Amino acid sequence: MNYALIALGITLIFAIMGVLNFAHGQMYVLGGFVTYYVYGVFGLNYFVALAASAVTVACVGLVFERFLFRRVLRITTREESTMLLAAGTALLLDSLSLALFGEKQRGVAPVVAGVYEVFGAFVPASRALIFVLAGGLVSALLLFIQYTRPGRALRAIAQDKETAALQGVDIDRYSALGFALGAALAGLAGGLLVTVFAVNAGAGTPISIKAFIMIMIGGAGVVSGAILGAFVLGFSEALGYFFIPGSTTYLMILVGLIVFLIFRPQGIMGKPWG
Amino acid sequence: MRLRVAAALVGLALYLVVVPFVFRESRYLLGILTTASVLSLISLGVWLTFAIGRINIGQAAFALVGGYTTAILSVKLGVSFWLCLPASGLAAALVGAVIGWPILRLKGVYFAMITLTLSEAARLAALNGGTITQGATGILNIPLPGEVTFAGVVLVPAFRALNVHLAFYYLAAILLVLGLFTVTRIASCRLGWIFRSLRQDEALAASIGVNVAKYRVLAFALGCFFAGIAGAFFTVSQQSIYPSSFGVPDSVYFMLYCFLGGLSYVSGPVVGAFVLFLGFELLHGLREYQMLTYAAIMITMMLWLPNGLLSLRLPARPGMKADA
Repeated sequence: MNYALIALGITLIFAIMGVLNFAHGQMYVLGGFVTYYVYGVFGLNYFVALAASAVTVACVGLVFERFLFRRVLRITTREESTMLLAAGTALLLDSLSLALFGEKQRGVAPVVAGVYEVFGAFVPASRALIFVLAGGLVSALLLFIQYTRPGRALRAIAQDKETAALQGVDIDRYSALGFALGAALAGLAGGLLVTVFAVNAGAGTPISIKAFIMIMIGGAGVVSGAILGAFVLGFSEALGYFFIPGSTTYLMILVGLIVFLIFRPQGIMGKPWG
Repeated sequence: MRLRVAAALVGLALYLVVVPFVFRESRYLLGILTTASVLSLISLGVWLTFAIGRINIGQAAFALVGGYTTAILSVKLGVSFWLCLPASGLAAALVGAVIGWPILRLKGVYFAMITLTLSEAARLAALNGGTITQGATGILNIPLPGEVTFAGVVLVPAFRALNVHLAFYYLAAILLVLGLFTVTRIASCRLGWIFRSLRQDEALAASIGVNVAKYRVLAFALGCFFAGIAGAFFTVSQQSIYPSSFGVPDSVYFMLYCFLGGLSYVSGPVVGAFVLFLGFELLHGLREYQMLTYAAIMITMMLWLPNGLLSLRLPARPGMKADA
């Protein structure tokens, strides 16, 4: 479920802006740190901390979109340039969080204590809470995109930017909204997962890679594909680590991914070439 | 045209004679210039994949292949470095061709993402390679290049007997000049036109009789060859290789060098690699803010010059600047 949040965020940005957000993992780390400080250090309510994470990272996303991506998208002659910019922002955030938060591993205590027993398996209550929260957020986002006016505008832009503009959709405004929303999702995922896995300043790149894997499995720019990809990756990780512990698992996943993409290059749900 | 050739020759003389002569005692500067040269070579490989319209963020994987080929051949089998070097390039090109055949069907961001995971996969493969790659400990004590004799004449003396830094500088410089020359030739001959046609429209290229699959694999494998050579060079000059010697961040850097130098120019990656790498080293004094400043500068550059440093030069003609 948490993976779904990450994958949804990156898919949202990709679908609307056509930008592959390299900084997604770094945004996740930032969200984790904000939650760590608000909840772990200042001792405020966990939900306040989550909201703070989402808002902070959304602001970062907004600033990036407004001042960097929009300009580059306008003046560049090659669309790949946005990828460079995204990679640059990733570097910036990486070094920023290293400078601000230091290199220590930061974690917080579980939000709720206790253990549930589900079908003979023991599930810590805090994990269950995260699962429920993430599920709720994913559903809320899906409902938002499907049924509200801004959601419809976002979908329209993802389908065809020019046509959407002709229908009176304010592209600039909704691109900013989409980018901020995608970033906020990364921040939320960071805030949620910091209670389970600690974060550190260098954790961004692996998370970005995971996000890429998920949207490659599911198909880039497709919401349902992102969720599906997240589940596929989550399950194969869990099963893989159960049967063959160690980093061989990931090697197998990557090899599997490459083989899978040979047969279905656009992912499970994707339109050809995103 | 003549002016250009003259300018290229002056640049070459500066690069091969004046710089090493002036800095022959300065290990640090020579080291930086050497590294920048080899980074340029790798980036040239990335540029070749850009030339066919693919974003390659998997170059580190092939550098790793090249590096391990040299390490294994020279340490376990005692093969001379001068044989290992081409062998590494060929090994990387072979791996590139085998992997490239299927994945080059992907386009745009899909290809970028799959090559990114390739970098990660190569690192994990090296980590789990058992006795062949020696896992996380890496392969150490790789011998320096020995001497080359032909019919009793010493062509290249053993590196141990020389000023090692200067020797590596020359090796790097010669490799880069050869690489740049090759790519410039490719860009201006029929192959270059084919590559450009692939970038613009593969379907159209196929319709006029270009064997699309063959040529894109060719371009990719050639790029990988460069990575393999450079990987072998780094392995020998550092005398060690680890799974983390080349990682995802390196792949991203190689791509950035190409971008910032300017994708429309053959020498773009070279300029990008030199400017960025030297710039990064110059910021050394800032310590923990080095990265931060560097990233900020990069973003600023991107904002003002999204088509690369070389786009400053007007009127721009693609593929003509000859030397860095």
